[in-house]
Amino acid sequence: MPTRLRESQGQEMVLTVAVAIVIVLLSLLPMLRLVREIVAPGGTLSAVAIAAGLRSPATWIATWHTLVVGIGGALLAVLSGTLVAVLVSLTDIRGRSALVLCYVMPLMIAPQVTALAWLQLFGPASPFLKLFGAAPPLGTKNPLYSTSGIILLLGVQYGPLVFLLVRAGLRKLPRELVEAARAGGASWFTVLVTIVLPLMTPSIMAAAALAFVSCVGNFGIPAFLGIPANYLVLPTLIYQKLAGGGPAVLGETAFLSVLIGIIAMAGILAQEVMSRRRDYRISSTSLPAEPYELGRWRAIVQASMWLLIVLVLFLPLFGLVLTSLVPGYGIALSAKTVTLDNYRFVLFEHDAANRAFFNSFWLSIAAAFFAVIVAVPVGYLIAWSKQRWVRLLNLAVELPYALPGVVLAIASLLLFLRPIPLIGIQLYNTVWIILYAYLARFLVLALRPTISGYHQIDRALEEAAQMAGAGLFTRMRTIIFPLVAPAAIAGGLLIFMTALSELTVSALLWSSGSETIGVVMFSFEQGGDSNYAAAMSVITVAVTFVLMLVINLLVPHLPSGVLPWRD
Amino acid sequence: MARLSLDRVTKSFADFDAVKDVSIDVADGEFLAVLGPSGCGKTTLLRLVAGFEKVTSGEIRIDNDVVSNSVGSVAPERRRVGIVFQNYALWPHMTVAENIGYSLKVAKLDKTVARQKVEDALALVNLQGLGERRPANLSGGQRQRVALARCLVAAPSLVLFDEPLANLDVHLRASMEDEFAAFHKRTGTTIVYITHDQAEAMALADRIAVMDHGRLAQLAAPRELYHEPANEMVASFISQGILLPADVLTGEDGGHCKVRVLGTEPVVRCGPGERPRAGAKICCRSADLDVSPDGPGLDGLVKRVIYRGGGARIEFAPAARPDLTLHFEQPDPVTLGSGAQVRLRIRSGWLIPAEAGS
Repeated sequence: MPTRLRESQGQEMVLTVAVAIVIVLLSLLPMLRLVREIVAPGGTLSAVAIAAGLRSPATWIATWHTLVVGIGGALLAVLSGTLVAVLVSLTDIRGRSALVLCYVMPLMIAPQVTALAWLQLFGPASPFLKLFGAAPPLGTKNPLYSTSGIILLLGVQYGPLVFLLVRAGLRKLPRELVEAARAGGASWFTVLVTIVLPLMTPSIMAAAALAFVSCVGNFGIPAFLGIPANYLVLPTLIYQKLAGGGPAVLGETAFLSVLIGIIAMAGILAQEVMSRRRDYRISSTSLPAEPYELGRWRAIVQASMWLLIVLVLFLPLFGLVLTSLVPGYGIALSAKTVTLDNYRFVLFEHDAANRAFFNSFWLSIAAAFFAVIVAVPVGYLIAWSKQRWVRLLNLAVELPYALPGVVLAIASLLLFLRPIPLIGIQLYNTVWIILYAYLARFLVLALRPTISGYHQIDRALEEAAQMAGAGLFTRMRTIIFPLVAPAAIAGGLLIFMTALSELTVSALLWSSGSETIGVVMFSFEQGGDSNYAAAMSVITVAVTFVLMLVINLLVPHLPSGVLPWRD
Repeated sequence: MARLSLDRVTKSFADFDAVKDVSIDVADGEFLAVLGPSGCGKTTLLRLVAGFEKVTSGEIRIDNDVVSNSVGSVAPERRRVGIVFQNYALWPHMTVAENIGYSLKVAKLDKTVARQKVEDALALVNLQGLGERRPANLSGGQRQRVALARCLVAAPSLVLFDEPLANLDVHLRASMEDEFAAFHKRTGTTIVYITHDQAEAMALADRIAVMDHGRLAQLAAPRELYHEPANEMVASFISQGILLPADVLTGEDGGHCKVRVLGTEPVVRCGPGERPRAGAKICCRSADLDVSPDGPGLDGLVKRVIYRGGGARIEFAPAARPDLTLHFEQPDPVTLGSGAQVRLRIRSGWLIPAEAGS
């Protein structure tokens, strides 16, 4: 009988080991490789790389810029996101789900597309301003090519991120806390300032940290807005160094990417420290508070909300579409000039653009597919395992996504610059290194919804299958996968949308033949061909819209909170 | 059909013992109910038998095969144990027939044989023709039957029920109770049935294991449990027994002894070999009490009268110990009112045995 007692854990061991291998390959290995490059370049312990990085004035200027746009962008995002969250969650404003959908949209659009769209709106060549003859004369500097321009767009891009977190917090606010304060004679505004916002501190802090990390790691916006003005932040500095120097400067860029990682971590740590100073725990659970009646203010608040949405979503997208329809830089749009040539050119004529569409589509599909397959067993262990070390597993999967994309890109370069030992396969300079980075970076996007899917499944469903004699792998295939599939697949589609116009990672990893949509868009814009870049952007935005509609079909089978744009 | 033995089984979570030193032998074909208030460890006990939890110490054997001890644990899927979950745990993405046939499919049984077995199982629980339905389209009682059929189809050696009637409404409960009893009679399967409902346990079980704070408080047949509770917990838990302080005056004689309770000296039933002692407790049922204006008895006040249809439950506080509450029934016409002075006679009772070691 002893053998029978022991052998029963076999399949679980296999699963655990397989999951551990995947996690080590995708998240621990690149991070360790990066750290090794800093501490011991070439295999020996030395501070040369660090010292060289510290001596360069460019490092300090870019670090300063990174902090400025990081803090500025995060502040703007926190202010706007919190304001919208409070108005949407606590007042009787109408058309809530449409508002939420539209406000969260910019999050689904790649940063460089946002940047491009806004540039097209305000520049001297703006077809939109030309419609009213209000465009500044050609040769005028675009006002967005500036620090404040970068901060503004970062705020627009990540305001929705703050909104989502604060709104989730507000939803858990028990109505008794608000009602008790109002019964105590406090006006609604007093309640907001003295009760609601203090209780929301943890959510707002977490949102601020996340927004800061996102702003610091953002590549698309400072690349489109900052490089023309020679205003470099750390990610764009790394890009320029690598573009100019190739693998020779890899050690130097490794130092810079660790610096970004440290700044991002500092943001997260600051949030931890701030939230720990006081006890904000909400113990009771109850229904959310009755919405505050805005009364005669309602129409005004509603109008300004929609004005905001027109400003941050519809106008830029409109400008983008207009640009994609004019034949060249600075030409006004009219019945005579309107053309679809830009679309034809990027879809059928330009080789690199063609390849980019092909590459990005299959990279995104492969990353999404792989992530769904991996997320189901990994989520199983994280959600249902009783072991404590599993939480470390979760942390390890979060890391490549939490850290700025540049960090992972540099780590992947270091890892695969030389052929892989033993098997001798060369990933560097191929499309495969991009796939590897995508897998590592986006896995968590499928894992999070899968885990919340697991939390909604009654474990007895699995136990019933176990009693029926089904081993772990059989249960996975026949019971567990069908039950969590909607959540995992929704996560996969989120990955597809994110990866499709991804730029940060592929800008550093691409090589001739392995261009992605983001990379080609970027090079069009840098070469002054904004019309082509706009046409590509419009196509990816359209694909994103269509996918969002498709995912909406899954909604009845999904745990709440999986789809950011659903209220 | 199988025997189940639990031998000094303990299960600890961190520093909390959910199940402590429990030994139970369930005979082949026996219907054992495990009864207790919530948090007493009965669900943990079931999960230990099923194999979802591993014992901290002790041993669990099914038919002399060790399935769990401190060395290791046979996986649940290899124990040939069936389980009916409280919330049915029917797989929503499969039809009723697929749910029932799942274990046969896992065992790679021939398809035609499997189909026949599923049909038989459906017939056994009176659900013929519903095989193609989805669980979502069934009523609570039907789901319960599907869960039962699903567990039966694999011919388990032992069937575990985890509060199977807790989610059903009252009249459905009674009919499912009948069905479980009929099922046990027909198949002769060994059953371990977890419940917090005494009436259910009494109606169904050959023996009942009462659990309290992870320990086995008493393991006995329903009648014995009711009439001869082994300790104060069981006495007060089963049918709201009334516990009264008593001094034993005479030694056991023919299963009876004389005690002094609140100034009266009734003769109560007792275990063999009882000797005179002080500080004992007796357990009375409401049927053991009646109003007797003349003759010896307890004087006291009626505290509350709760009309129950056909009679009333009277709550009574003796003058000697106003902090105690005794309750008894008065059939219609109810003449007692709150505040009335009454004399109660204790006709009978049960002397709770002295705790082992005290």
